[in-house]
Order: sequence, then C-alpha cells, then structure tokens
Amino acid sequence: MNDTTDVAIVGGGPSGLAAAIALRNAGVARVSVVDRESAMGGIPRHCAHPGYGIRDLHRVLSGPGYARHYVQAARRAGVHLRTESTVTGWAPGAGLGLEVTSPGGREVLHADAVLLASGARERNRSARWVPGDRGAGVYTTGQLQQEVYFYRRPIGRRALVVGAEHVSYSAVATLRHAGVSVVGLVTELSRQQSYAVFHLGAAAAFGVRPMTGVRVRALHGKPRLSGVELERLDDGRRVVVDCDTVVFTGDWIADNELARLHDGIDVASAALGPVVDTSGATSMPGVFAAGNLCHPVEQADIAALSGRHAGQAVARWLVERDTRVAQAGVPIETDASLEWVHPGRVRSTGDLPARGRFILRPNRFAAFTALRVTQGERTLWHGRGRRLTPTRPTLIPAGWLRAVDLNGPALRIGVGD
Amino acid sequence: MYDVAVIGAGVVGAAIARELAVRGADVVLVDAEDDVGNATSKANTAILHTGFDAKPGTLESRLVARGHTLLSAYARRAGIPLEPLGALLVAWDDEQLAALPGLREKAEHNGYRSARVIGASEVRAREPHVGAHALGALEVPDEGIVCPWTPTLAFVTEAKRHGATVLLSTRVRGAEPRADHVELATTAGGVRAREVVNAAGLGSDTVHRMFGHATFTVTPRRGQLIVFDKLARRLINHVILPVPTAMGKGVLVAPTVYGNVMLGPTAENLDDKRATESTEEGLAQLRAKGAHIIPELLGEEVTTIYAGLRAATEHDDYQVSFHPDQHYTCVGGIRSTGLTSGMAIAEHVAAQLGQRHGLDLGEAPAPDGLPEPPRMPPIGQAQSRPYQQPERIAADPSYGQVVCFCERVSRGEIRDALCSDLPPATADGLRRRTRAGMGRCQGFFCGAAVRRLLDDGPDAPLTAEVDQ
Ligand SMILES: Cc1cc2nc3c(=O)[nH]c(=O)nc-3n(C[C@H](O)[C@H](O)[C@H](O)COP(=O)(O)OP(=O)(O)OC[C@H]3O[C@@H](n4cnc5c(N)ncnc54)[C@H](O)[C@@H]3O)c2cc1C
Ligand SMILES: Cc1cc2nc3c(=O)[nH]c(=O)nc-3n(C[C@H](O)[C@H](O)[C@H](O)COP(=O)(O)OP(=O)(O)OC[C@H]3O[C@@H](n4cnc5c(N)ncnc54)[C@H](O)[C@@H]3O)c2cc1C
Repeated sequence: MNDTTDVAIVGGGPSGLAAAIALRNAGVARVSVVDRESAMGGIPRHCAHPGYGIRDLHRVLSGPGYARHYVQAARRAGVHLRTESTVTGWAPGAGLGLEVTSPGGREVLHADAVLLASGARERNRSARWVPGDRGAGVYTTGQLQQEVYFYRRPIGRRALVVGAEHVSYSAVATLRHAGVSVVGLVTELSRQQSYAVFHLGAAAAFGVRPMTGVRVRALHGKPRLSGVELERLDDGRRVVVDCDTVVFTGDWIADNELARLHDGIDVASAALGPVVDTSGATSMPGVFAAGNLCHPVEQADIAALSGRHAGQAVARWLVERDTRVAQAGVPIETDASLEWVHPGRVRSTGDLPARGRFILRPNRFAAFTALRVTQGERTLWHGRGRRLTPTRPTLIPAGWLRAVDLNGPALRIGVGD
Repeated sequence: MYDVAVIGAGVVGAAIARELAVRGADVVLVDAEDDVGNATSKANTAILHTGFDAKPGTLESRLVARGHTLLSAYARRAGIPLEPLGALLVAWDDEQLAALPGLREKAEHNGYRSARVIGASEVRAREPHVGAHALGALEVPDEGIVCPWTPTLAFVTEAKRHGATVLLSTRVRGAEPRADHVELATTAGGVRAREVVNAAGLGSDTVHRMFGHATFTVTPRRGQLIVFDKLARRLINHVILPVPTAMGKGVLVAPTVYGNVMLGPTAENLDDKRATESTEEGLAQLRAKGAHIIPELLGEEVTTIYAGLRAATEHDDYQVSFHPDQHYTCVGGIRSTGLTSGMAIAEHVAAQLGQRHGLDLGEAPAPDGLPEPPRMPPIGQAQSRPYQQPERIAADPSYGQVVCFCERVSRGEIRDALCSDLPPATADGLRRRTRAGMGRCQGFFCGAAVRRLLDDGPDAPLTAEVDQ
C-alpha cells in the first residue's frame, strides 16, 4: 500500500501543524501531517495549564485549548491529518519516502518534500546516569502529565522535582493537581531558571523553593522509591530526601531518530537535532526541520512560529527547487559560554531565520554580557547587555546575515566585547 | 501429590519443569516472585556462550556446550530471538596478546575447535569503531546473543501446556523428606511431591540447608550493565569480549537482540542477595572501560541501567547433586552461564531422575522432534515484527496501532501478552513479554498508556483529549 503527497510532515505538534497551515496558505495542494498519537496537537495536549499562544496567537490559552486551536485551523486549511500513524524509517530507493505503520496498514508515503517536526523528550534517570534502585514512582513530566490528566492515576504522596526551569514548575502544578505534596525542586545550577512569577508563585502557593547547586546521586527504594540521595556541589555533603515520587524534568533530547537514520542529514553535535539553515532546510535536499527537534526546547509559540517559517520555505522550495540547498554554506560555531545556536548554518544572506532572530542556548548565567558574531577576523555583529540563563533562550538579531561571506570560514558566536 | 516440585522459576527451573512436563511428569513450579524469571534470569548479559573459556572437565563446561546446541535449536522452533553474531575476544596489551593462543588451547580442551587468533588489522576491518589499542583478538564464531526473557517464558508456557502447575508468589519455607515423597511448607500452604528439585538460584543454598546440606554458600556477585540507545548499534558487529580474569569474564560490549548496545557487567562480591541497585562506582568503572573499548559509545544516549546478581559459590563449578534417599535434587550455584546451559541442565537432571531416583519419564524428544514448542512473540530486532507485517495488520488492525513508539509495540501484542498462558503481573513483566516501555523514552510518551492497558484491560480506550 502506498501513497503520494506534496509535503509530508512528521509530527502534529505546534510546529508541524503551523507548518502545514502555512503550506496550504501558500497554495500547496497536498499536505499531510503524520502523528503517532491518537490525537494531533503534540505535547500541549497534556499540559493542562494556561501559558500557551502568546507570541503566535496573541492570547493566553491552556495547552489542550492551544492544541485544539491548531488542529481546527489545520483542518479548516485542508491539511490531511493522519493520527495513529508512526513513521518508522525512510523507504529505500530514490526520492523521499517514509515508512508508516497505522491501523490502516503498513505503507510508504512518498513526498516531494519532508518536514521533520518530531519534537523532543526529557531525559529519564538512566539517560542522566542516575544510579540506584529501580523502584516505581520515577517519572518524567511527560509521563506524569499523561497519567494525571489523561487517566487520573494516583501518583504518590511526596514528590521531589529534579530541575528548576519552566517545565519543572509545570510538573509542580501537575503534582499539586494530583494531590501530591512537593518536597522541593533541585537543580545543579546555581539559580532557578524560570520566570520569577512561577518561582515566587510556587514558593507562595505551595511553599516550594528550589535547592540550587545540588546533584541527584542515587535513587533508593524498591519496589517503590523511598528516597533520593542528593549531593551539594560546593561541599560534597549528602542527604537523602524522603519521598515516594521523583519527577525528572527538562534536560531535553531532540527526538532525532529519523534525522540520524538518514545518511544525508547532518545532526548538530550539541542540540542533537538536524542542522538547518535559516530557512529550515537540512543538508538533505527536500528535507526540512522545525520546532523543538531543532531547538530543544522552546515554548510552543516559538515552535509554532518556527514551523510556520519552515512551511513557507518548503512552499518556496517546491516552486524554485532551490539550488542553494545543495550548497554547503557556512556553519555557525559557538564558544564555551553557549551550548548551541539555532539555526546552525547559513546558506543564503537573504533568508532571515524565524522571527528574524537567532536563538542561543547559554551554558552559564550572566547578567549584562556582550556577544559578538565573527567570521574569521571580521566582526559582523556586536551587542551588549545580553542576559544569559541556561535552559532559556538568548535572542540576537539577524541583520548581520547580509555581511556573511558564503565562501568564507565558519561563523562564530560567543561572549566578547 | 505431584510427581516433581521444582523450586525456582528462573531459566533453570523453567527448563527443568519443561523437560519433565513434556516427558509426562506431573510438575509443580513454585516461585516466591509474582512472575517467572524475575530474579537473576531477568538481569544478565544475554550472551549465548559456547563454553570456550570454561574450566575444562567441569560439569559447567559440558553443559554450556550442550546448552548452546539445545537452545539454538529450540530458539529456532519457538521463535526466541537469537543472533549468532560471533565474538572477538580483544587483546589490549602485549600480555593479553600473549594470552590468546593459550585461550584457544583451552577452548580446544573444552571441545570447541573453531576459535582462531586474528591480527590487529583484521580486528579493525571487522570492528572499525574499536579503540585504537586493539592488538589482536581471538575470534569465537559461535558465541551469540539471545533474548534473556523469552526462553524462560517459552519453557514455562510449554510446561503449562503439558499440564504443569505454576505457583507464583509462593515462597518455600521448609522441607520434610518422607519415605516416598517430600512435604514442602510454603507461604501459600503445603505442597507434596514425590521429588523436589532445588533451582532456587540465589536462594539455592538456603533451600539446600532445608534438606540438611551445607556443602556450599551463595555469595551474590553483582553485575551492573548499561544499555545504550539503538542508534549506537551501528558501532559494533560482534560481541566484544575482554581477556577473562579470576573474577570472571570481564566487561564486554555486545549488541542486544533488541538492537541496543550493552556495556558490562561489573563483578562485585556482596553479602546482600537483594542488592540489585547500580552504583556510582560501578557506572564510573563501566564508563572508563567503555571509553577504551568503543570510544564513540559514550557519545550515545543511555537507555537504561540495571544490575543482576550471579549465584556464585566457593566452588569452581555448578552445585548439582542428587539425593535419592531424600527425593531431592540440588541445582544450585548456576552463576554466570545458566541462560545458555539451562536446557542442558534440564536434560542432565531428567536423565539422573530417571536412572537414580526411579522417576518414570517418557522418551526425551529429539531437539527438532515433536511436540512443537509454543511460538513466542517475535520481539527481536532481527525478526519481522507485527508493525512491519501488512497482512497481519490487515487481518487485525490492532497490530498496526502502535502504543510504545520507541520499540514499536502494538496494542495487539500487548493484548496477546495480557491474554497469554502466562500473563504479566506488572509493567515490568509486560515489558519482558513485549518490549513495551523499554525504549529510549522509558515511558515519557507511552508509559501512561501502557499502564492504562495493564490496569484496565487491553481494550480500554486510550484518551485522546483532556477535558478542561
Ligand atoms: C510539561 C510541559 C509544559 C509546557 N508548558 C508550556 C507553556 O506553558 N507554554 C508554552 O508555550 N510551551 C510550553 N511547553 C512547551 C511546548 O509544549 C513545546 O514547545 C511544543 O509542544 C513544541 O512543539 P513541537 O511541534 O516542536 O513538538 P511536539 O509538541 O513535541 O510535537 C511533536 C509531535 O511529533 C510526533 N512524532 C514524533 N515522532 C514521530 C514519528 N516518528 N511518527 C509520527 N509522529 C511522530 C509526536 O507524537 C508529537 O505529537 C511545555 C512543555 C512541557 C513538556
Ligand atoms: C550480570 C550477569 C550476567 C550474566 N550473563 C550471562 C550470559 O551472558 N549468558 C548466560 O548464559 N548466563 C549469564 N548469566 C547467568 C544467568 O543469568 C544465570 O545463570 C541464570 O539466570 C540462573 O538462573 P536460575 O534459574 O538458576 O536462577 P534465578 O533466575 O535467580 O531463579 C531462581 C528463582 O528461585 C526463586 N526462589 C529462590 N528461593 C526461593 C524459595 N525459597 N521459594 C520459592 N522460590 C524461590 C527466586 O524467586 C527465583 O525466581 C549472567 C548473570 C548475571 C548476574
């Protein structure tokens, strides 16, 4: 069984759906979004709290409301939505083809262009190398929220939250909703990383304050978790926190399997998603990527705007079959203060990235820092007073793209006056 | 009254129960855990050994070699995932290089003649990602990898189909040999059998003492293991073994039949038979070894970490003994090769029960003879999985409804496991039967849905939307 479409989009989260809508608005006839879940919408479906839609829809919605908005908009735009359809790999042979399994069968979906929008997931305790017992009561936020909001499962009595970024406070809200008391948040970093309102709100409403500079050393207890062993990084002192639940939040990894399974797609060494240029094109002609797969992770509105931007680029590519894609362009490297930059490659001095901004992911805290973009000896851009917060975006404008020498050495972004 | 009570439903007890049940005995299999294969048999390195490095002349040497043959044949018929990849035992320094010819000779003493020494360039050609200091290797073409869980499940399923009774969550507390039978006291009442086989793994010394014997003591020897993401699978083609030491076979890197790569195990002698936790020191040690063996491996994501306990004893061999006067047989101390040797141990035990204990058994069926073993679910990466089979999905669309995305486990397979002869009691048990939840997300995407099906039945709807 086989099918053909103009554009196949893998992942029906905010970025995939926004891309699909943009493609239809640009006049592309057949746009298919393929998602393995039983409903479209991606991660927001199970984030039952407000905080969605500010930058893209200019209003505040809950996660499920936001997901519904995009699903309905995609349906109205005439996007072909396919749920319960898992893309398991690339079909062999010439052209772009995706192997798809669904209750309707096993098929190859052929497409002129493919957009990867498969998102990101949180690293679990093993992926973070946390040793100890394998008792029950160990969650990521994703699993926790599905247990609570989809199936109303009992979770536990006392929970420790690992992480102190936005998603960690989302986990706190979910735990409270499920009647679990939160004994604390812990982060290896020297400060919490979320908005003051979340942080202060959690402190005021639930009496929860993050413990900073603390590392999780082991999980104890079986068949049920009974305690989490913590170490203070400054003096090496250890304590065991008595709890029956632990939620590992944040520490995202791009869901990059399809990108890595394709020899033609370069994968970024730090962000681990496909390397894309400012239009969202990967190193493989006809394959694009957007959303949290490329920038693990930003908020949903940013992912959606990244999808919309890539969708528009795909539509142009279908018409022009842009030859620039075959051209290597120049990579963008970062110094040690930054983990990654998105997009990570420049192939055209005319294409701005989504929102006209590059997203940087800092490795450290800094309040008023100067950042600099260089190519060889040349400084292309220089900006002062930037704030750096790990796990949060630092944005820089993209006007300097015009000055890039596409045959020159790698671009470099880093701290520097 | 049963003919035989087997204490312990690990791979060894399961193999014995199967052998005896297929040959007509009325068997009861008793285990303290809530599932079969829930102790050492669920947490090992899953290598199908040839026995090339065993101590020549031991029972272990003989039974591992025989077990390799029996399990390979059985796996083919029962659909147990097994891949005969071959092993390279790599020498990393001159001393180890000098030891390779001796290891080959030892292999020959063990009756294994296909091992040969290969040079550094051949090692590099066959394993381009191994560390730079590989000086040579002993190639052992018949070492393989096998599913650690399906053999036990297949053996118990087959035993049940031949009338065996399985008593789970039942701990044996005491034993009283009588003139023509044994009375076992358990946490779920008395069990009476003409013969008792002790296959209690870590508890085999305790059970042995219930019969008045103190000939060995089990010292749990922990092995910690790290399972890397499937995207690491491209890094190796063989099982990569180290030169063995006094403490055991050493730390290896091997593919798993699910398509991951495994690094381990450690070897730590402990006192606590429940100490199955992993430790900072253990992981640090494995990290260092792994970086040496396959430097790129540590750049890949870790999917899971676990530890198992070998039932080591003060002796250099399995602790198998027959006590016809007490109607008692001990199959203890099956430390680091029992997955491979289980069927051969069972064959040996059945023969002795017939000859020395006068147990009346039918003919041993030939390895490829009737009756057909049960056909187990194809959970191996090298097998055709239901999600890949158009005909199967057409006949039953639930095989196309993927619930665990990372491992591509369908609702149909989960239903089959929940409705099988041996349904799982826990999420862990379901994972061993289907792979559901053992992938790279470790439940981030599917954990809640899998638990839903386990708790509320295989037809429970999987919620799509949250009401506000
Ligand atoms: C707990 C939590 C709270 C959050 N709170 C907020 C908030 O308050 N406000 C906010 O703006 N953002 C929030 N976010 C972030 C927001 O949800 C994400 O930024 C957004 O969902 C990213 O969209 P995406 O399309 O890139 O990826 P996703 O939403 O992750 O969508 C990816 C989709 O791809 C599908 N997929 C992946 N692989 C395949 C495959 N092989 N075959 C088929 N389908 C596939 C998945 O099923 C999924 O539906 C939160 C996130 C979390 C986890
Ligand atoms: C780290 C590690 C790596 C290994 N690697 C390999 C390998 O690569 N290849 C290989 O062939 N082998 C390997 N092994 C060895 C193999 O796993 C064991 O030899 C095998 O699992 C032993 O099986 P068993 O049935 O004897 O013991 P177990 O699986 O431990 O079963 C014993 C059972 O007895 C039950 N029991 C105990 N006491 C009582 C009681 N009083 N009443 C009721 N029930 C009781 C327990 O609950 C348990 O289920 C490895 C082992 C370890 C730990």
